[in-house]
Amino acid sequence: MIAAAYAVPSILVFVTSALLIVVGAIGVIAVKNPVHAALCLIMTLFGVAVAFVAQSADFLAAVQIIVYAGAIVVLFLFVIMFLGVDRREHVNFEPLVGQRAFAGVGVVLTIGGLVTLMARSHWVTGAVSVTTPLSSGNANVKELGDAVFTTYLFAFEATAALLIIAVVGAVLLARRERSVQSEEVAP
Amino acid sequence: MNVPAAWYLVLAAVLFGIGAFGFLTRRSALIMFMCVELMLNAVNLTFVTFSRTLSDISGQAIVFFVMVVAAAEVTVGLGIVVSVFRRRSSTSVDELSELKG
Repeated sequence: MIAAAYAVPSILVFVTSALLIVVGAIGVIAVKNPVHAALCLIMTLFGVAVAFVAQSADFLAAVQIIVYAGAIVVLFLFVIMFLGVDRREHVNFEPLVGQRAFAGVGVVLTIGGLVTLMARSHWVTGAVSVTTPLSSGNANVKELGDAVFTTYLFAFEATAALLIIAVVGAVLLARRERSVQSEEVAP
Repeated sequence: MNVPAAWYLVLAAVLFGIGAFGFLTRRSALIMFMCVELMLNAVNLTFVTFSRTLSDISGQAIVFFVMVVAAAEVTVGLGIVVSVFRRRSSTSVDELSELKG
């Protein structure tokens, strides 16, 4: 029995996070109303956060909730309601014949190949770090901070520039232009 | 003892597959962005699992950067969706068949 080898709490945590993730993800792609899809996305993000906590990535779990569920999904909901597109979409309409079947076959092939490859290579290969195992709680924040501000300092500074560029670009894109309105061509 | 890394890796693969399927079949640009988020989360989960298994903090640092890039991507992407919606009154990607505005 495979369940006997592992502690029951960790199995329960895994099953909880797996349920949250899979049900939420299927909800995102299956529901018709975009608002409901955004709410299902929150469910998936919480599931991923649970999986992060279970694997001693406490800081990332907090960031996952704060940034993803708190900011990104709120941005999605804001745009959905701002545009007024919360009406239902015709999900069953296929512009390409057999699009859904092709997508399904491709995805199943991808997942199957991926899992087969990983199973044949003993799942996780590579050298285990020589330092002590990762700690959770406050020590996780310290370890992550040490890594980000020493080894990955350049990348960290680059993300600062990226965020500035993204904000300026979003403002520029979403700004309402006044002079171009007259020469607009109907689609 | 924690559950093996393989379980989380398979879960991440399934999540990635669901996101990819949604990205390929849905036509609303907003839903497609959400599916991209699903795929990014699957990759994040894989990174964290490897980080735990190999006791290496670098995986978590990379997840941190992926989150930053995802936030920037959503900001710009939704800006594009808003400006497209102004011109076309639709968020369906099928109607964006030509490059001119």
